[in-house]
Amino acid sequence: MDHVSFLVVVVIVTALAFDFTNGFHDTANAMATSIATGALRPKVAVAISGALNLVGAFLSVEVAHTISGGIVDDKLVSPAMIFAGLVGAIVWNLLTWLLGLPSSSSHALFGGLIGAVWFSAGSSGVHFDTVVEKILIPAVAAPFVAGFVAMTATYLAYRITAKERSDTTRDGFRIGQIASASLVSLAHGTNDAQKTMGVITLTLISAGALDQGADPPFWVILSAGLAIALGTYIGGWRIIRTMGKGITEIESPQGFAAESGSTAVILASSHLGFALSTTQVCSGAILGSGLGRRLAEVRWNVAGRMAVAWLLTLPAAAGVGALAASVATHGDLGVTIAAVAALAVAAGIYAASRRTPVHSGNVNEVPEQRREPARAAA
Amino acid sequence: MDIKWSSLGQVFVVSLGATVAVVVIFAVGLLAASARQTAVEQGRPATVPAAAAGLCFAACAALVLYGVYLIVPQFH
Repeated sequence: MDHVSFLVVVVIVTALAFDFTNGFHDTANAMATSIATGALRPKVAVAISGALNLVGAFLSVEVAHTISGGIVDDKLVSPAMIFAGLVGAIVWNLLTWLLGLPSSSSHALFGGLIGAVWFSAGSSGVHFDTVVEKILIPAVAAPFVAGFVAMTATYLAYRITAKERSDTTRDGFRIGQIASASLVSLAHGTNDAQKTMGVITLTLISAGALDQGADPPFWVILSAGLAIALGTYIGGWRIIRTMGKGITEIESPQGFAAESGSTAVILASSHLGFALSTTQVCSGAILGSGLGRRLAEVRWNVAGRMAVAWLLTLPAAAGVGALAASVATHGDLGVTIAAVAALAVAAGIYAASRRTPVHSGNVNEVPEQRREPARAAA
Repeated sequence: MDIKWSSLGQVFVVSLGATVAVVVIFAVGLLAASARQTAVEQGRPATVPAAAAGLCFAACAALVLYGVYLIVPQFH
């Protein structure tokens, strides 16, 4: 590895930092409903999810080639642009985490890369057709598909078990939930750790340390798996609370229906060639499970804020990515400045989160008092 | 631009079918389990509901294993 420069090291560290935010941003997808219904204790849930993400990272290296290839023109991408794109993705992930909003980490990453490449190499470096085909259309479709599936399943679950002993059915659905939530975690590890592996591999290729089309080396797989697992275990409690308690009040039959629906949609979409964002699938499924149970209140203002965050993810991450690229493409000094600025922003967001901390102890409290400051901030 | 509407349609139909199947089988299994529990408490024989519940949960377990099979590329 003679080609590994300061910049490449920075990119790899940043990619792992992104992977970490990806993990704690997405813990909620798999575990929010299990935590909300009491199927799993919060700490146990994130531990299981983290372990399965690590296992998942080792299972598949398939996606790593394509994730970098489709959206932007690989030939134009320099390590500095990749770094800038990652900064955009990390900043957006942290900001949405602070607001407790589930947003797609893959969209943040794509957005950041698009912004950086667009700024540095012009719009010809971005494949807009692919952006619409692989990001925009699926983003609109995912919540509807998952929502309808979960709504139907929830309705049937309540219909079938309506007259039965509530203790048996409640406990039964809780056990079922653990299985379906575990599948979501495993699928997440196989998909999302790939993104970071793809990014690191792409960087090493563009720096000349790896051949075109090379497989990710073992240390890349290991470190990416560990970063996402650690992030998952730390747990994005703010987002878990929004998804478990904020969108709708979830009972165990709904949790089971939502998780089963998410699992089915994620697996079907990755095997039938129409990739959907895990975050949007899971949020849509939870919403659907609220609609499927009569008398369940769906908090549309929370759902609306989520939808706005989804719409903003790509352009906002692209904006930060472009901004970072404007500095980072000017040599090592520029990269250092951008990295320090990104660290400062991250520290600021962390400090802001300490004012209203959410942790495993209060994750199941309905965020009543949170609504006011959240609105004031918006 | 090539939007794969038929793939999306397939995803929708397959996931709807799979989810409804799992949830219905599981819910029926829970019906049987709760019938078994009632029978046990009343001192009646519980073999039939116990067997029905076992069958349903075994079917669900098989579907979970199929899910694991789909996730792990090494199995393909």
